[in-house]
Amino acid sequence: MQDAIIELKGVSKFFDDACALADINLSIKNGEFLTLLGPSGCGKTTILRILSGFEKPSSGEVRIAGICMNGVPPEKRKVNTVFQNYALFPHMTVAQNVGFGLKMQGLPKDEISRRVAEVLRIVHLESFASRRPAQLSGGQQQRVAIARAVVNNPLVLLLDEPFSALDFKLRKEMQLEIKHLQRKLGITFVFVTHDQEEAFAMSDRVVVMDQGHIAQIGTPEQIYEEPENLFVARFVGEINILEAQICEVRESGQYGAIIDGALFPLRSRHTFAQGDKVMVLLRPEDLKIGAPDETDGPCLAGVIEESVYKGATVDIFIRLAGGQRLMAAEFFNEDDAEINYNPGEKVSVAWVDGWEVVLPDDPGHTDARHGRD
Amino acid sequence: MIRAIRMRVMGGTSRFFRIAIALSSLWLVLFALAPNALLLLVAFFTRSDEHFVTPVLTLDNYIRLFDPTFLTILWDSARLACIATVICLLIGYPFAYIMANVRPNRRPFLLFLVIIPFWTSSLIRTYALILILKSKGLISELLTMLGITSGPVSFMYSDFAVFIGLTYTMLPFMILPLYASIEKLDRRLLDAAKDLGASSWRAFVHVTVPLTMPGIIAGAMLVFLPALSMFYVPEMLGGAKSMLLGNFIKNQFLVARDWPLGAAASSVMTIALILMVLVYSRVSRRGVRNREGGRGSGGALRSEGGMR
Amino acid sequence: MKVLGRIYLWAVYLFLYLPIVVVILFSFNNARYSTHWAGFTVRWYKVLAGNSQLIEAAVNSLTVGTLGATLATILGTMTAICLSRKRFFGQKFLHGGIYLLTVSPEIVMGIAMLIFFIALRVELGFATLLISHITLCLPFVVVTVLARLSSFDEHLVEAARDLGASERQALRHVILPLILPAVAAGWLLSFTLSMDDVLISFFVAGPDYEVLPLRVYSMVRLGVKPDINALSAILFGVTIVVVLLVQTLIKVRKK
Repeated sequence: MQDAIIELKGVSKFFDDACALADINLSIKNGEFLTLLGPSGCGKTTILRILSGFEKPSSGEVRIAGICMNGVPPEKRKVNTVFQNYALFPHMTVAQNVGFGLKMQGLPKDEISRRVAEVLRIVHLESFASRRPAQLSGGQQQRVAIARAVVNNPLVLLLDEPFSALDFKLRKEMQLEIKHLQRKLGITFVFVTHDQEEAFAMSDRVVVMDQGHIAQIGTPEQIYEEPENLFVARFVGEINILEAQICEVRESGQYGAIIDGALFPLRSRHTFAQGDKVMVLLRPEDLKIGAPDETDGPCLAGVIEESVYKGATVDIFIRLAGGQRLMAAEFFNEDDAEINYNPGEKVSVAWVDGWEVVLPDDPGHTDARHGRD
Repeated sequence: MIRAIRMRVMGGTSRFFRIAIALSSLWLVLFALAPNALLLLVAFFTRSDEHFVTPVLTLDNYIRLFDPTFLTILWDSARLACIATVICLLIGYPFAYIMANVRPNRRPFLLFLVIIPFWTSSLIRTYALILILKSKGLISELLTMLGITSGPVSFMYSDFAVFIGLTYTMLPFMILPLYASIEKLDRRLLDAAKDLGASSWRAFVHVTVPLTMPGIIAGAMLVFLPALSMFYVPEMLGGAKSMLLGNFIKNQFLVARDWPLGAAASSVMTIALILMVLVYSRVSRRGVRNREGGRGSGGALRSEGGMR
Repeated sequence: MKVLGRIYLWAVYLFLYLPIVVVILFSFNNARYSTHWAGFTVRWYKVLAGNSQLIEAAVNSLTVGTLGATLATILGTMTAICLSRKRFFGQKFLHGGIYLLTVSPEIVMGIAMLIFFIALRVELGFATLLISHITLCLPFVVVTVLARLSSFDEHLVEAARDLGASERQALRHVILPLILPAVAAGWLLSFTLSMDDVLISFFVAGPDYEVLPLRVYSMVRLGVKPDINALSAILFGVTIVVVLLVQTLIKVRKK
């Protein structure tokens, strides 16, 4: 088998005149767990529907296992889908639901029942075979939907927001379960979600999508820690954005920059020239807050505005001297209970050297930033 | 967009769909559109004694509708149907309201009791009324027994009997859409109104009635228009005096043999209907905007009975 | 207040049902004209059974009702499936046509049909009656089936296709079993509608092919007779059974 099980080459999709996908190039490796992540309307579900054959691309080519799939109807594709609300057939038992695909292939009855029993055992539903979907809990229905898809030995399993109907706790459980199932079966999973936590917890690679474009492809760590653009940085968690100006270009991607009047060393994969305006992106948990004179090295001066107790963390909002507002997340530490800051208290803000992300200045970012305050 | 996506899915034109669409389109063209178009056309033709109509175009039939005799019939007919509709509304609204407030597990049975007359032949039910209203009928006997009247009384062959007849046969058509819209009403809105200081009555007038307006209009349409056309009710209960539009149209076709005039009268009826449907869709669309309530009663209009 | 409401409720039910109950009671009353109870009898049912004209009309009605309901159900189900599942050229037209039928007053429909058949020089009789009744029932079937189709998950058909079913297999294994209760309900409603219809049959039934409601109509106009009471009681009983069946079938969907 070749390395790439799915290839999208220059795929675009228009609904009437609205562009849902613009020139998507994506290659999905055999056996990987890939997640399409993005806000609603970003085109992630459209990609899934193009893969399953329910949607024809307006242009471009889709290959599955090296064969061009353009014009191949859904029933002739070796991919199966777990639908958002499971789409279980209400008039059939669990066993009939799971055996439906095999029946459509015209397999003999005893083989169908053998394979159905086998897959029901994998999803721990052996004893529910003769129940109807309506008699099952949400999590059980979810398992039936998965069993119904994987029993056909698809090359790729497509999952369209499969957890959206489950409550928080069950969702966490199912996330793990699906991940283990994927490892066990070795099938490629393509997963669609708008929940970044879910995406990170399950995936080998994440594709972040924005308005029909791919914003970034990478491992969860890369997406979170090295976002390539502002959209990705914002979408996958809270982020602070500081404006800076490059004043020194040092060797191998190292720069010196002025932020709020102080000189900071910066590291970036991008190339900048002296005088360039840049954005410095910092996750709340990467910020270090200290007494005004406590830290050595460069720091920003600010005043505590508010602190919000979150259980495992405290969110601290700081107004910098330059007027900008930052959010820091501090974890409770058994030894050091003293992270409770009072509003009005003067503090200094710094971060671990090298944890910052530096991006070229995006003129649009300021409006959005004020919108977030 | 999701809807658009779904619609495209089955885009592959299979033979079943092509045949089905062709068949049903053909049926509708032949037996829904063509007859109605012909009816409109005949209304502009000239009367003929041999062939019912001759294809000589004229506006005469519509002009004849402005004849005082016809206008009187139209007026009387509209008056009868209108009064019957109002009576149905006055009886039906409290009924539907109470029914919608009964414990949920008892509602299906109560609803079922309304649905039976709804589907029962109105001819048979009109006939059943005769037993009650006729001289020496149930009411007459009851009154005699109570000593209110000395001899047998008949309530038959009067406008009163026609009102009773129309109300009796049409009441379920009023109750069902009303019930559908009242049941969907969010009770918390009434609580909110009362919380904001409205009395029960004011809450009813300012919240319940506007929100159930689609149901009221649907019910009124389901009663008013069929009431105009139920020619056998006045024929059985009203004698020769009361006449509905339906009687007039029927007579033009079967007695007077004046098809063009009958067709013109029918198209007046159809136009009245279209106007009412337009009003209805206006109001129910507003209802949908307010809440999802409109669709339910709109559905009631279509699914429960149509214009029987 | 609650008691008052309950009294009102049952007063209206009394109004709705009293005449019907009276008719049924009198159908067993052993007296020809009197309103007084003169003992129990099934005599009027026997008289009814001996009325050959009436029996013929009843058979005709049953024939038209069964055939008409069946054809209307087949056509209406197909139409509903098309309307719900596809976007196609002429869909608006189909919707509009069904809507027109739904809102057309019966009397106008009857007259339009009459003019249409006369214009085509079709002799009034069984065929014209059948066609008219199918047209009358069609929208009821479409609306009933359409309601059922829109009540289940829109992705079910996709799921079937995804699992390897062709369009035809999806129709056979998924759509049809699911809409079956609604189809049956549509058939029963059509049957009742056809059996009860006066206004359309009045215009399109020929002199040689009389149906039950028309026969009843001409009998009723001649005055109250106990055998009509018996007939009404039977028809009423049939309607209750049919409506009961429809209600059960429609309730299946809520399970």
